[in-house]
Amino acid sequence: MQTFSYDNKIVNKFMIATLVWGAVGMLVGLLLAFLFLFPNLTDDIPWLSFGRLRPLHTNAVIFAFVGNALFAGIYYSMQRLLKARMFSDFLSNVNFWGWQLIIVAAAITLPLGITTSKEYAELEWPIDIAIALIWVAFGINMIGTILKRREQHLYVAIWFYIATFVTVAVLHIFNSFEWPVNLLKSYSVYAGVQDALVQWWYGHNAVAFFLTTPFLGIMYYFVPKIANRPVYSYKLSIVHFWSLIFIYIWAGPHHLLYSSLPDWAQNLGVVFSVMLIAPSWGGMINGLLTLRGVWDKVRVEPVLKFMVVAITGYGMATFEGPMLSLKNINAIAHFTDWVIAHVHVGALAWNGFMAFGMIYWLVPRLTKTPLFSNRLANLHFWIGTLGIVMYALPMYVAGFTQAFLWKQFNPDGSLMYGNFLETVNQIVPMYWMRAIGGSLYLVGVLIGIYNIIKTYAKGSAVEDELTEALPLQKIKKSRMAGETLHGWLERKPVQLTLLATVAILIGGAIQIIPTLLIKSNIPTISSVKPYTPLELEGRDIYIREGCVSCHSQMVRPFRSETERYGEYSKAGEFVYDHPFLWGSKRTGPDLHRVGGKYNDNWHFNHMYDPQSTSQGSLMPAYKWLIRNKLDTDDLQKKMQVMANLGVPYTEEEIQQAYEDLTAQAMKIEESLKNDPDFVLSYEADRADKTASGEPFIEMHQREIVALIAYLQRLGTDIKASNTSLNE
Amino acid sequence: MLKFIKQHMETIAGIEIYPMISLLIFFTFFVLLFWWVFTSRKEYIEKVKQLPLDPSDSQNL
Repeated sequence: MQTFSYDNKIVNKFMIATLVWGAVGMLVGLLLAFLFLFPNLTDDIPWLSFGRLRPLHTNAVIFAFVGNALFAGIYYSMQRLLKARMFSDFLSNVNFWGWQLIIVAAAITLPLGITTSKEYAELEWPIDIAIALIWVAFGINMIGTILKRREQHLYVAIWFYIATFVTVAVLHIFNSFEWPVNLLKSYSVYAGVQDALVQWWYGHNAVAFFLTTPFLGIMYYFVPKIANRPVYSYKLSIVHFWSLIFIYIWAGPHHLLYSSLPDWAQNLGVVFSVMLIAPSWGGMINGLLTLRGVWDKVRVEPVLKFMVVAITGYGMATFEGPMLSLKNINAIAHFTDWVIAHVHVGALAWNGFMAFGMIYWLVPRLTKTPLFSNRLANLHFWIGTLGIVMYALPMYVAGFTQAFLWKQFNPDGSLMYGNFLETVNQIVPMYWMRAIGGSLYLVGVLIGIYNIIKTYAKGSAVEDELTEALPLQKIKKSRMAGETLHGWLERKPVQLTLLATVAILIGGAIQIIPTLLIKSNIPTISSVKPYTPLELEGRDIYIREGCVSCHSQMVRPFRSETERYGEYSKAGEFVYDHPFLWGSKRTGPDLHRVGGKYNDNWHFNHMYDPQSTSQGSLMPAYKWLIRNKLDTDDLQKKMQVMANLGVPYTEEEIQQAYEDLTAQAMKIEESLKNDPDFVLSYEADRADKTASGEPFIEMHQREIVALIAYLQRLGTDIKASNTSLNE
Repeated sequence: MLKFIKQHMETIAGIEIYPMISLLIFFTFFVLLFWWVFTSRKEYIEKVKQLPLDPSDSQNL
């Protein structure tokens, strides 16, 4: 017998971080929900504007809340399943503190508008590198622990953890290829359709391998443990594991249905998404049936209540996912609040409740004291469940409502709700209910945090839990001789890891390689030209302010959309878009054909006070764009990087960038002066500044001018001339 | 207008083989998986199933 100890301290740390970041992430979410109701709640505070906070919310919930929870679960269960302390306490701490630093870096950079704009991968390149390093530290620690284990066989939870590590590493690295302009700015090396395909291959599989597989491992460990009976069917869990990781990776393109992505890739995504229901429900059934015979415990044990709702939420979300991937349903759901409902069922029920179930079970064991209050835990459970329902239902209704309003035609063939705002105002009551549902959930979380703090205060932490186990036996040659493939693979973690890697790479490769390798796969359109220097700067402001959070740039080939927005979007129009900005949600209208639709003054007034041009608009004001001087220091470097990435800027164009920029900006300033009101307030501002001795920034030097230049360019390449294909 | 979105794949030489290869990989994968699961030893399954329930963990409060 060998005596050793489990490291509980690291588990405690990750749990505390889970609670802290969970509260922060959800609080930001709640603020966003209220910004739908009071768009100017944070008026004129750039770092609290919707577009900058939205990625903060998603990153905080996914990587900070769920991320820390999955580390806590993995660090606890892995040590016990393998009968070994973590490989290295140092690496455990590197993992913990490194991860928290990354979260802090995200919490600082995102509100400052430092973002790549690619969903759930918004962090800029130095942070991307840090993520990769910390993730590798986690992986070494995990595989090291597996190698020095005292238990011959690897339980299926460990397989899920291995797949999580391998796949997230692959996804993160491939999606984060970007060319730095400076320390805080980079451009994706992929453009347009390719960028979209890689991004949603990443985005979808971040859901799969960050929010799902580690939590399935946690489910397979904790549910049997808490119910005190083995998993319903271990064979089913093997099928669940392999088919889930194999199929999941193909399904990414379902985020891009009816977009400019080639049809074959869209269809591939649909087929695999539909198939995905089989392993997902296999897993859900396996989790729930583990409780057969102990359902009476569910009545009295809050931990099991959380787990049951979590697994049910998993079942609901994974039923909905394949449905949403069907093209006819996606045509309705995409860009609407339906998707918001879908992800929150996943995040609040599956991840949130699984995390809290686990924490309520772990804390008493790590402190050797019963939970402070079972009644409070029950209250948390009920208020949280009510919160999920109150959140999700109105969002489903909002999604349906808006999608159908978008598609309503008058008998004469014109749109019944031609003004986008009419479709928004109808769903404001749903936004109210959502904010209430979200508040309920957060109140539940705060009650939970109070309960946990009280429990910690009462108990005494067991930081190193002593235990003993037999060392791993060397397997005799004679036994190995008659061994089947099974036995061999099941005790070989390295081979298992390699096989899992192959399984996930197949789907990714078949999808992505054809689009990446073959340039002519994306037909070029001769009239599509690179952005001018001013438009390029304007586009970077669009990225900084997170406009993509609420505005798509992808007109789908439906009559209802071409009628509303204009010609549908073509793959060839995005060949110079590093990164692509198609978006995934239309809180406001699509902008791909907005160029030339309004005059410059309209955009100017709209940015200053959106409600003045569009009554009842949910858009917040962007007053700072009108005050700020455009920073053009990196202009030539930006163009050079774009040229390196294949955008045909000539040397001459880069040399002349500043002259071109000023000339175009002057034109816009002139056109703004067509509005007498503008001239009046502009001159008043000039007089004010001169009187007070402050430096006055000429209009053509301000950020708003660059943004107007970009918006006026959007989608006009095709409008401008007769388009033709370059074969 | 359809010319913009149709036939994106036509320019790739030998593209017809792609769906065939995909189907084969897919089919083989599941045949192997089910073969593996259905022929696995009962003792192994029973043993591994019990791993989370190890009584040596001081789980009971």
